[in-house]
Amino acid sequence: MFGRLRTRLLLFLAVLGPGFITAVVDNDAGGIFTYSEAGARFGYNPLWTMIPVTLILVITQVMCSRMGAVTGKGLSDLIREEFGLRTTFLVMAALLVVNMTNVTANFAGIAGSVELFGVSRYISVPVGAAVVWLLVVKGTYRSVEKIFLVSSLFYVAYVISAILVEPDWEQAIESSVIPVVYFDGPYLAILVGLVGTSVAPWMQFYLQAAIVEKGIDVKQFAESRAEVIVGCVAMAFIKFFIIVCAAGAIWSVQPREIHDAAEAALALQPLGDYAYYLFAGGLFNASLLAASILPLSTAYSVCEGLGFESGVNHRFEDARIFYWLYTLLIVVGAGLVLWPNFPLVRMILLSQVLNGILLPVIMILILRLVNRRDLMGEWVNSTFYNVVAYSTVVVMIGLSVAVAGLTLWSANPL
Amino acid sequence: MATVPSGVDRILYLTELTGMSVFAPNGQRVGRVWEVALKPSEHPTRVSHFLVGRRSHFMVRYDEVESISLEGIRLSDDRFVPYYPDENLLLLSKDLLDQQIVDVNGRKVVRVNDLALRIEHVAARDELWVHEVGVGLQGAFRRLMEGILPNRLIRQVQRKITPNSIPWQYCNIVEPDARRRLRLRISHDRLGKLHPADLADIVEELGPAEREALFETLDDTVAAETLTEVDSKIQISILNSLDKSRAADIVEEMEPDQAADILERLEEAMSRGILKDMEQAPAAEVEELLEYEGDTAGGLMNSQYAAVNEDARVRDAIEALRGSEHLLKSLTHVFLIDKQQRLVASVAVGRLLTAPNDAPLKELAFEETLKVHVDEDRDRVVEIFDKYNLFALPVVNEDNELCGVITADDVISVLTPDD
Repeated sequence: MFGRLRTRLLLFLAVLGPGFITAVVDNDAGGIFTYSEAGARFGYNPLWTMIPVTLILVITQVMCSRMGAVTGKGLSDLIREEFGLRTTFLVMAALLVVNMTNVTANFAGIAGSVELFGVSRYISVPVGAAVVWLLVVKGTYRSVEKIFLVSSLFYVAYVISAILVEPDWEQAIESSVIPVVYFDGPYLAILVGLVGTSVAPWMQFYLQAAIVEKGIDVKQFAESRAEVIVGCVAMAFIKFFIIVCAAGAIWSVQPREIHDAAEAALALQPLGDYAYYLFAGGLFNASLLAASILPLSTAYSVCEGLGFESGVNHRFEDARIFYWLYTLLIVVGAGLVLWPNFPLVRMILLSQVLNGILLPVIMILILRLVNRRDLMGEWVNSTFYNVVAYSTVVVMIGLSVAVAGLTLWSANPL
Repeated sequence: MATVPSGVDRILYLTELTGMSVFAPNGQRVGRVWEVALKPSEHPTRVSHFLVGRRSHFMVRYDEVESISLEGIRLSDDRFVPYYPDENLLLLSKDLLDQQIVDVNGRKVVRVNDLALRIEHVAARDELWVHEVGVGLQGAFRRLMEGILPNRLIRQVQRKITPNSIPWQYCNIVEPDARRRLRLRISHDRLGKLHPADLADIVEELGPAEREALFETLDDTVAAETLTEVDSKIQISILNSLDKSRAADIVEEMEPDQAADILERLEEAMSRGILKDMEQAPAAEVEELLEYEGDTAGGLMNSQYAAVNEDARVRDAIEALRGSEHLLKSLTHVFLIDKQQRLVASVAVGRLLTAPNDAPLKELAFEETLKVHVDEDRDRVVEIFDKYNLFALPVVNEDNELCGVITADDVISVLTPDD
């Protein structure tokens, strides 16, 4: 009995990595901003989205890890082979643009959080960019993965911050299970933001590629699925605490808008230095993690799909486009943050809307692939998966159209 | 209509061909080409069938075509045969576009962007022959712009892009389905001639089904050498995908220490099954090596080495070595042992060639015999190799009996990280 448990645990540790890291990076600077914003403006109410959003996230992630394990191919490879070059090109171009904005948002997160500690962004951002670039180009993936796993522990900072804020726990629990929906523009926009930052398109590409890279096959799929689910649920808890933290510190005093994640940390200052520094430290950690993974994952997906040599195990001469793309994403992402008077907030809002628009497209491609018996054999989707996933597509298209309309209609929907 | 196209105009791209109008002998348009097929069992490069029509598909055989140009295809015959799926046909769009193929000459895996076909004027009619496979930006540009810009304009622009293409004879399709592979006459003979290290790089780029297909067609020796070179995670998945007897044949051909390394990482049932299916002698050697811990000298060493009696002379040693081809890789030293298998000394093979035939080996030996115990730590072994600049190091047990030899390449694979 004990031996069995030990074997199970060992098997689980062997596949630990892809699913957990994806879920961790999901709570990046854009995510933390959105959750703080939701808490600051609408208090505990948005907490009810945690359960359905986590369900969607789990379903999507499990589909991708299953595809990776069964076919042994990355998502961009499969899209290319089954839908042709033109579809692949359009999807990759969109992914590149969306992820460029995501990378920028995370360098903005680095800048904002380090400024809370009194260090200028003209130091933190270039140093951060250099560290990220070297880490991946000069380090090995295995050691980088370990660093990522360890640094995911820092997310506990948010739990402690939330406890220090002394929020209304009773109301928080109640709001988590009883959905109350308002039908006004800003609220709907926050909803799209919450789904859009939680189930981001890049994650599906990253996860599936990482599963393949790790050599996980159908035999290990059960452990891999458990890992994906544990990762998603753990990160849902972190989201919960971030919203609670913002609701307790800002909304319960005076509901208001915030303009970046660092502002949420600032609002914690009256409650004591610990909560403030923990929140800021958590933000820095999350931003640095995402800034490391996003450019790499993007360059990898794009090159795979379009048939260029990719991967850090290639020399620069053999994979020029891969390295240039990777470098470009970091340089542009970091550069925009340092650009004086660049409308960063608008750019981050734009990145969320773009995420939300691209997501249903990617979901439809995933669903068409995962339901193909010639590719997946007995591992095609069950009815439950299809119902949840297709409903998500419909809801996301509806919400995205609504938010796109709102963005055009008003200058600042959030 | 009989004008023979010349130069660049003799090339037609697959993207131009699909969607091209087809005309009956009387000039009436009968439909568009939607797929082009090759019948490799009849001809390796000639297009054998054009599949025409959107709704009702019919096939046109190559000898029913009168002329082919950018303007369209004119038929010499108007008896149309309905199309039915045929396993003997290689469908160029479906089976090749966007798929991975192996560039045998460039020794890498590439993705097909487009195909270039050549118009050949044969017996007063036009035939299409597959010319080369486009894998670069030129082909990608054509694919993206197909149907958006007119074909003539695409051709003008693409001339400014450096072409990147592979001649058809160097393209190797990796077909996972064995039956189809046979029908389409796809062989991997040419791949089998590549260096195992290059082949290993190719294997790592392919998907699991394609990997398995490739290994099924390689001969045992090449498969074994290739398997040794691929990444350890992929080694496992390949062996798991093959059937046990074939896996056993391949493992048998591997160096015993490499074989032991792999079997150690397989699931127990699988590795036991493979050992059972192996010939007795190599299986015994591998099993013996499996006894040692992976991170000790015993786990690194190879049990195949050249050893002769301590009293032997050069002549005897050379005689004993003749025909021991399986030792070639580790044949840098000959070890002298006494009657109880105990290690006495080691002699560099080079000295055998420079010394007179009747010289006793003992006199040629190094003064000090370097050796390690089977339980010695792996890192310590690496240090010894580094310190004494060794090519080979004998491994002994408590009783000083020779158990095996660690060679420089074993140490190098310790030093290179797995990923």
